[in-house]
Amino acid sequence: MGTMMNVKIGKIKLKNPVMAASGTFGYAREFEKLTNLKHIGAIITKTITLNPRVGNPMPRICETSGGMLNAIGLQNEGVDNFIKEKMPYLSKIGIPIIVSISGNNIDEFFILARRLDKIKNISGLELNISCPNIRGEGWSVKGGGLVAQDSKATYEVVKAVRKITGKTIITKLSPNVTDIIEIAKASESAGSDAVSLVNTFLGMAIDINTKKPKLGNITGGLSGPCIKPIALRMVYEVSKNVDIPVIGVGGIMNADDAVEFMLAGAVAVQVGTANFIDPGVCGKIAKGIEDYLKKHKIDRIRDLGLI
Amino acid sequence: MKDVRAKILSNKKISSAYYKMIFDAPYIAKMALPGQFVQIRCSDSLEPLLRRPFSIHRVHGNIEILYETVGIGTEILSSKKEGNRIDVLGPIGNGFILPKTTSIEPRAIIIAGGVGVAPLVYLAEELAKRHIKTIVLIGAKTKDLILCEKDFKKIAHEIYVSTDDGTYGSQGLVSKLFHKILKTTESRFETVVYVCGPHGMLRCIAEICQERNFECQVSLEEKMACGIGVCLGCVVKTKTGNKLACKDGPVFDSSELLW
Repeated sequence: MGTMMNVKIGKIKLKNPVMAASGTFGYAREFEKLTNLKHIGAIITKTITLNPRVGNPMPRICETSGGMLNAIGLQNEGVDNFIKEKMPYLSKIGIPIIVSISGNNIDEFFILARRLDKIKNISGLELNISCPNIRGEGWSVKGGGLVAQDSKATYEVVKAVRKITGKTIITKLSPNVTDIIEIAKASESAGSDAVSLVNTFLGMAIDINTKKPKLGNITGGLSGPCIKPIALRMVYEVSKNVDIPVIGVGGIMNADDAVEFMLAGAVAVQVGTANFIDPGVCGKIAKGIEDYLKKHKIDRIRDLGLI
Repeated sequence: MKDVRAKILSNKKISSAYYKMIFDAPYIAKMALPGQFVQIRCSDSLEPLLRRPFSIHRVHGNIEILYETVGIGTEILSSKKEGNRIDVLGPIGNGFILPKTTSIEPRAIIIAGGVGVAPLVYLAEELAKRHIKTIVLIGAKTKDLILCEKDFKKIAHEIYVSTDDGTYGSQGLVSKLFHKILKTTESRFETVVYVCGPHGMLRCIAEICQERNFECQVSLEEKMACGIGVCLGCVVKTKTGNKLACKDGPVFDSSELLW
């Protein structure tokens, strides 16, 4: 692949700009036999929390036109289990591992970051302050909203994590806001090395025969190709207004979609829902981007941008 | 487990709403165990977006699936022609555990509800290979929806049928038939019950098995996105915490489940 595809996010050097998005790639081992993990730029692991979480009631997923809703509710075994059971395998893969974390309050983010900071094979942390399925839990953000819906709360969380770790920090932003630029700027000024956008859109679906919501949690996060144009617009707007790298995510299904995000200003991309449909998609997208660069005679991926 | 591009060898309507598809997938055919399933991408376009899970119905060098057209995915699948290709991921999950042939007189009772019969034919074939006495109960809403009776006739020792409306076999639910059969058959056997069908039926059969102290293995159906244990969408509540229908199941010991 050479160096034409290399990108840098904070201190992390990626061989290519395609990252597997949190929550869609487990802890990578699930894909061990289905794809060559070395072909992926970086892996962002399923969000972990300080303590184990059982997650939301079933049903947790529902397909929609051009997308899907999920309301998993951050089910995970907690940080101790992650370090003991998941890290040994992740450490051996040989590509950057970014750990997604979420907390019920600033202290939890701080404690998680402190624990993970000590682990050499973790390249960075992605702060999941934007999961739409844990609304109203713990936080005193106005209206029971998400951290990523409040610039002050975003600033405080990023600041707390910044204080304890020198590792690369990526803040994952929510599209469920009036002004995503404001939140991105808050994250930047608190010391985040990059922002990834967007997390899922809050949505719902109803079964007209049972007259009940299709998700046990009633609402869920919408992902998939249907959200791409909105995600793309947000990436375009944010990248013009912050100086830190923007990582584009939202409905990327193929290399063309990924290139579109990079033309809009993204330095790297995350592939999420597509992993559910094709476990080898991340590597295929990386290859497709490289083919695009060659075809358009672009020497380095960082030269990619709108005319 | 592998993701393969499989060639469709045949795709036929076998009754009012049911289809049988055979495709060429040598790796999956070699590895498949009864009760496992495959994830099929019904369309190469993005509509529908997600793969659909299908039980492995039979394995004879090729893979057979038996399916009902219930939505856009299966509608598209039903329109596929011989020679078309589809992406198939499999074999997936933990299937049925066969009775120990070391036990003095093992007996398997297979109970199928509607299209839940799909994974049970392959199971019955494997039981027959091991010369395990097998009783099959098939239940459906009405006569037209009774599936695979002929297939079982070749391999099972006894077959009983029930329909909710009484148009064929005994009238009533298959759980009622199960009760009746148990009253008339000998109980000296070490019995394992295998069941697949609607949730209410599974629960009912599991309760009967518990009363009788029979081992009961249920094949669960849940909506899934990935099928490989990463989306955590197909959670099943068990006595030892959340399990995944795709990775830990789809077959579970009924005594482990929190119904």
